[in-house]
Amino acid sequence: MKFRTFLRHLREGVKNIARNGWMSFASVSSIFISLFILGVFLLLSLNVSHFASQVESQVQIRVFLQLNADQAAIDRLNNDIGNMADVKNITFVSKEEGLELLRSNLGEDGDYLLDGFDSTNNPLPDSFTVEVFEPRTIADVAKQIKALNNADGTKPIMNVKYGQGTVEKLFKVTDVVRTIGIVLVIGLSVTAMFLISNTIKMTIIHRRREIGIMKLVGATNAFIRWPFFVEGALIGFFSSLITAGALLYGYSKLIEMTKVDLGLAMITLVDYNDVAFLLTVALVGLGSLLGVWGSTISVRKYLKV
Amino acid sequence: MIEMQDIWKTYADGTHALRGVSVRIDRNDFVYLVGPSGAGKSTFMKLIYREEVPTKGQISVNGFNIGKLKPRKIPYVRRNIGVIFQDFRLLPKMSVYENIAFAMEVIEAPKKVIRKRAMEVIELVGLKGKHNSLPSQLSGGEQQRVAIARAIINNPSVIVADEPTGNLDPETSWGIMNLLEEINFRGATIVMATHNREIVNSLRKRVIAIENGAIVRDEVRGEYGYEI
Repeated sequence: MKFRTFLRHLREGVKNIARNGWMSFASVSSIFISLFILGVFLLLSLNVSHFASQVESQVQIRVFLQLNADQAAIDRLNNDIGNMADVKNITFVSKEEGLELLRSNLGEDGDYLLDGFDSTNNPLPDSFTVEVFEPRTIADVAKQIKALNNADGTKPIMNVKYGQGTVEKLFKVTDVVRTIGIVLVIGLSVTAMFLISNTIKMTIIHRRREIGIMKLVGATNAFIRWPFFVEGALIGFFSSLITAGALLYGYSKLIEMTKVDLGLAMITLVDYNDVAFLLTVALVGLGSLLGVWGSTISVRKYLKV
Repeated sequence: MIEMQDIWKTYADGTHALRGVSVRIDRNDFVYLVGPSGAGKSTFMKLIYREEVPTKGQISVNGFNIGKLKPRKIPYVRRNIGVIFQDFRLLPKMSVYENIAFAMEVIEAPKKVIRKRAMEVIELVGLKGKHNSLPSQLSGGEQQRVAIARAIINNPSVIVADEPTGNLDPETSWGIMNLLEEINFRGATIVMATHNREIVNSLRKRVIAIENGAIVRDEVRGEYGYEI
C-alpha cells in the first residue's frame, strides 16, 4: 500500500463518521452506555474491595502478659515481636490503660460494671496490641508469638488472642464480596462487548450494498476494509474516552461530597488517582478494541461478493 | 476481446441460466444483448465482470481466463471492465466527484491525476458544475451519467451495461446512448443488455438474442426482433 493510499484511508475513515452521522451516533451511544454501566460497577467493586480491606486491616493480636512477668522479659518480647517481618506495629498497653479502654468500650454499663475497680485491685494484666501488615498472616503471627513464649524460660505470656474463628469468617465474607465484584465486572464486560459489536454490525449491514459496489469497481478487500477499520477505531477510542471522562468527573464529585457529608463515618472511597489510570486504560482499551473488532469482523462478512 | 466456449451456468437452486453458450466479441464491438426477461442476459454479463463463474466451459476477457481466476486477482480484472446498471449503484453518501474518483483511488493514482481525470470525465458525461452534488440530488439520467463516468474513468477496454436506459425516459435514454457510442468510438468494447426496441432498431449494432439460456440469433446489424 502506498503512503498516499494510507492517508486516503485515514481521511475516508474520518469522513465516513460524518457521512453516516446517525449510525455513528448510535455506535457512540451504545459504547457510552455499555461502558458507563461497566465503569460504575468497576468503581463500585473497587470500593467494596477497598472497604473490605479497611475492615480486614482492623484485625489485631492482643498478647496478655502474666501478672508476674518481669520487665526484662516484657522488653525482650516487645523487641522480638516488633522485629518480626509481618508485624507493622506493637504497642504496650499497661493494665491501667487496659481498664480505661475496657471502661470506654463498655459505654454506659462500664461505670456500673467496673465500679469497684481501681488501680489497687485492677484484675487486668498488662498486654501488647500487635498490628500486622497483611491481615491474612495474623494466625501465623499469633503462632510465632506463642513460640517465643515457649522459647523463653520465664514464660511471660498468659494468652494470645486474635479473634480466632471470627477473623476467618470475616475473611470468607470479604472474599465472597470481592468475588461477586469480579464476576459482575466480567459479566458486564461480556455484555458490553456483545452490545457494542452488535451495534457496529448493524451499522455495517446498513452499508453492505456500498461494499458490493466498491467491489464491482475493482477495490481490493484491504482497500475497502481500511476506512472501516479507521472509523471503528476512532469511534471506539473517542466514545470510551468520553465515558471515562464522565465517570471520573462523577467520581471526583462523589469524593468531594462524601468528605463533607460523611466526614465522621468510617467509609472512605478509593483515592481518585488510584482509580483514574486503571479506569481510563480499561475502558479506552476495551472501547477501541471493540470498535476495531466489531467493524473488521462485520466487513469481512460482506466482502465475499 | 471476450470469448465464451460452451458456457453452462446452473445456479444453486437448480435454474439453468445458460446452456452451452459460445460467442466471440471482438475489440471495439458494440453488442446489444436482447431476449425475454429471465433468458440469461444478466448471467451472461455477470460472467464477464466475474460476479459469477461458469459451471462448465471457458470464458476469457482480455486474454484472462476469468473462470479460473484466484479471488485475490478479481479486483485487478474488474478495473479493466466498466459496469453500468439499471439502478445506477452509486455510493449514496458520496458526492458525484467522490463516486467517480473512487474508481481511480482504487488503483492508487496520485490525487492530482485523479482530480484532473475526474473533472475530464465529469465534463465528458455532461455533468460539469454538479461534482459536489449527492446522487439523491440528481435526476435518473444524471445519476446514470455519474455511473458511466465512474465506469470509464480508468479507460477500461470493456464496458458492460445491464439495461442502462431501463429507468430513464426516451429523451434521456438517447442522451445516454450518444454517450455510450462516443465511448465505443474512443475504443471501448460495449456489451449492453436492453429491452429498448426503439434504440436497437434505430442505432443499428450487432444483436445477440438469448432465449432459455442459449443464443438463438447473432446478427452484425440486427434488429430488436421481439413484438413486446
